Amino acid sequence: MSDVMESPRRILSQLEVLESEAIYIIREVVAEIERPALMFSGGKDSLVMLHLARKAFAPAAVPMAILHVDTGHNFPEVLDFRDKIVAQYSLNLVVGSVQDAIDRGTVKEEPNGTRNRTQTPVLLETAEKYGFNALLGGARRDEEKARAKERIFSFRDEFGQWDPKKQRPELWNLFNARVHVGESIRVFPLSNWTELDIWEYIAAEGIEVPSIYYAHEREVFERNGMLFAANEFCRPMAAEPTFVESVRYRTVGDATLTAAVRSQADTVEKVLDEVASTRITERGATRGDDRVSEAAMEDRKKEGYF
Amino acid sequence: MDLLRFATAGSVDDGKSTLIGRLLYDSKSIFTDQLEGVERASREMGSEYTELSLLTDGLRAEREQGITIDVAYRYFATPARKFIIADTPGHIQYTRNMVTGASTADLAIVLVDARKGLVEQSRRHAFLVSLLQVPHLVLAVNKMDLVGYSREVYENIRREFTEFAAKLQIADLTVIPVSALHGDNVVDRSENMPWYEGAALLNHLENVYIASDRNLVDGRFPVQHVIRPHSSQFHDYRGYAGKIAGGVMRTGDEVIVLPSGLPSRISSIETADGPVDEAFAPMSVTVRLEDDIDISRGDMICRPNNQPRITQDIDAMVAWMSDEPMRPGQKLALKHTTRNTRALVKSVQYELDVNTLHRNESCAELKLNSIGRVRLRTTTPLLTDEYRRNRETGGFVLIDEHTNNTVGAGMIVHA
Ligand SMILES: Nc1nc2c(ncn2[C@@H]2O[C@H](COP(=O)(O)OP(=O)(O)OP(=O)(O)O)[C@@H](O)[C@H]2O)c(=O)[nH]1
Ligand SMILES: [Mg+2]
Repeated sequence: MSDVMESPRRILSQLEVLESEAIYIIREVVAEIERPALMFSGGKDSLVMLHLARKAFAPAAVPMAILHVDTGHNFPEVLDFRDKIVAQYSLNLVVGSVQDAIDRGTVKEEPNGTRNRTQTPVLLETAEKYGFNALLGGARRDEEKARAKERIFSFRDEFGQWDPKKQRPELWNLFNARVHVGESIRVFPLSNWTELDIWEYIAAEGIEVPSIYYAHEREVFERNGMLFAANEFCRPMAAEPTFVESVRYRTVGDATLTAAVRSQADTVEKVLDEVASTRITERGATRGDDRVSEAAMEDRKKEGYF
Repeated sequence: MDLLRFATAGSVDDGKSTLIGRLLYDSKSIFTDQLEGVERASREMGSEYTELSLLTDGLRAEREQGITIDVAYRYFATPARKFIIADTPGHIQYTRNMVTGASTADLAIVLVDARKGLVEQSRRHAFLVSLLQVPHLVLAVNKMDLVGYSREVYENIRREFTEFAAKLQIADLTVIPVSALHGDNVVDRSENMPWYEGAALLNHLENVYIASDRNLVDGRFPVQHVIRPHSSQFHDYRGYAGKIAGGVMRTGDEVIVLPSGLPSRISSIETADGPVDEAFAPMSVTVRLEDDIDISRGDMICRPNNQPRITQDIDAMVAWMSDEPMRPGQKLALKHTTRNTRALVKSVQYELDVNTLHRNESCAELKLNSIGRVRLRTTTPLLTDEYRRNRETGGFVLIDEHTNNTVGAGMIVHA
């Protein structure tokens, strides 16, 4: 007992607790599920998740495939960054392409040209093709009110659908990974992280993220109170004048739907300050897709979205 | 900064979600777009005021019915602490979700409606909180505005609850009179109840001492995954990955691997950031041993002079969560630490009446939402501690082998 007295507290910081919890969850997936894959968009949350997966199995390689659902509506900086990371860590990258699926006729382009919803059938199709029965996602409960309700191991039926009224009880950290053939599990190791935790961790671990997360000058225009980049995916209408502004992205999604925020934060320290003092949620500030209705996210998740 | 996880509990409509909404609102933890969304939804519902409960009741069905169905997790921080909130449903039909939210909590807030006093569901939840060994309990006597902030009403409920709690294992009980709707004693101390001398809820949450709640005595390391890199650089590397479930493990410690009983010594404790001298709960690490012995997932590394019980006969309190009752003769899948096995229900010894805590020994089965004592026989031995000594090595879940649903939560008792 004497040395227990020397350092009686032995308290971990919240980042250490969250890291340890996420590593435990990722290891649990690999131990219990035959063919898991890690969903990777090149965005900050998926980069943190990949970093945690590398830590979980070090010095061995990450023992699962990396799955990117490519909407074809990408920020070039993010796609380049994805390829760099894949090469750097010799990852096994699997791509499900929305464009290919549209060309093959397995999914239809949405009338408004956005590809957020078309991601879902492509995700399910790709998972089925490769036999992935567990998909690790970087979604966080603080992002959105339907996500706030989801289990860490989230059961999906044969159609990939989430039923919020029939979630399995999830006690302690004893996760139930059992599924029948055709069913699957989505696993969210970052469930308990907030946007601020993510940035504190990025800063503490020196994790590199795509340049669009830091302030830079960009030609933008205003729509629905949000700033969109003027580019091939998003063309301003006549009444939407463009201007150059110092902006950064808080999330990275379908480029036709993801807005930038005004920012001067060009270093990780400045981003941390900005995130700590912001009064608007990251999806509220930047996502056109959540503005469709109050329950837009819940409805998408019921269709199989992550 | 350290982290406190807490959960709400109590009967339907006692104001749990409103309390969480008020806590977030008054501590300025709500984002403007979230608040606008809730204000809009409140107006559309025809409410006279902003329904703060909508901050956590985010599902369509919850808003239609005006109740919480499943746990919502919310996050906020003050300069003192980070908080993870689990706002759980009060309706008896969703007890399984309340248990989910409370199972990982350091503290539970049991709410009671001051007009109604203790009802069966308040007792059930208080009992579940004590059964789950949530270390700290706050009884929040809510809706004080509707009883004229009466000290007498408060004192009567406090007395009744304290009497009930004396029969439970509750280590730390604090009672606070609040109005979740108006914010009395939530973040700021109430001017309407000068007779109350204690702290407001947030102040209590910021200061409650949780560092000694973990078990730092009994060294327990359930092996989660064996790391074998299969690379030329790490050709002979073999490490045991897992999360410490109890005690403090140090490099150089003599250990024993269970259930094989083989002895060895810890040669290093590693993380991706390099080796550490010691590890304790809840750290995820990789332990390496001096000897090459056969170890796989589900085994446990312990200290030779402090071992868990190795047994196939399990006595436990079970909270049953399936429509199909639990019956003797039934076979179930069981998950305990990192070990998966099967269990046969040998007997249901008694069911507890949550109102009186009376043991009904004539009952042969456990129905949905009931709690009772059972005896199980597992196909492989488990490495167990009493749940009240260690939540990690004393808790297990039961899974229906046909539906794959989680149907029971078990807490081991050493008979
Ligand atoms: N007057 C008054 N009303 C309150 C107070 N707290 C909550 N309410 C009201 O009580 C009703 C139920 O509140 P909720 O917060 O939804 O109750 P709950 O405990 O979360 O209910 P479930 O989650 O469904 O079990 C709402 O209409 C609240 O506005 C209070 O302190 N005073
Ligand atoms: Mg509620």
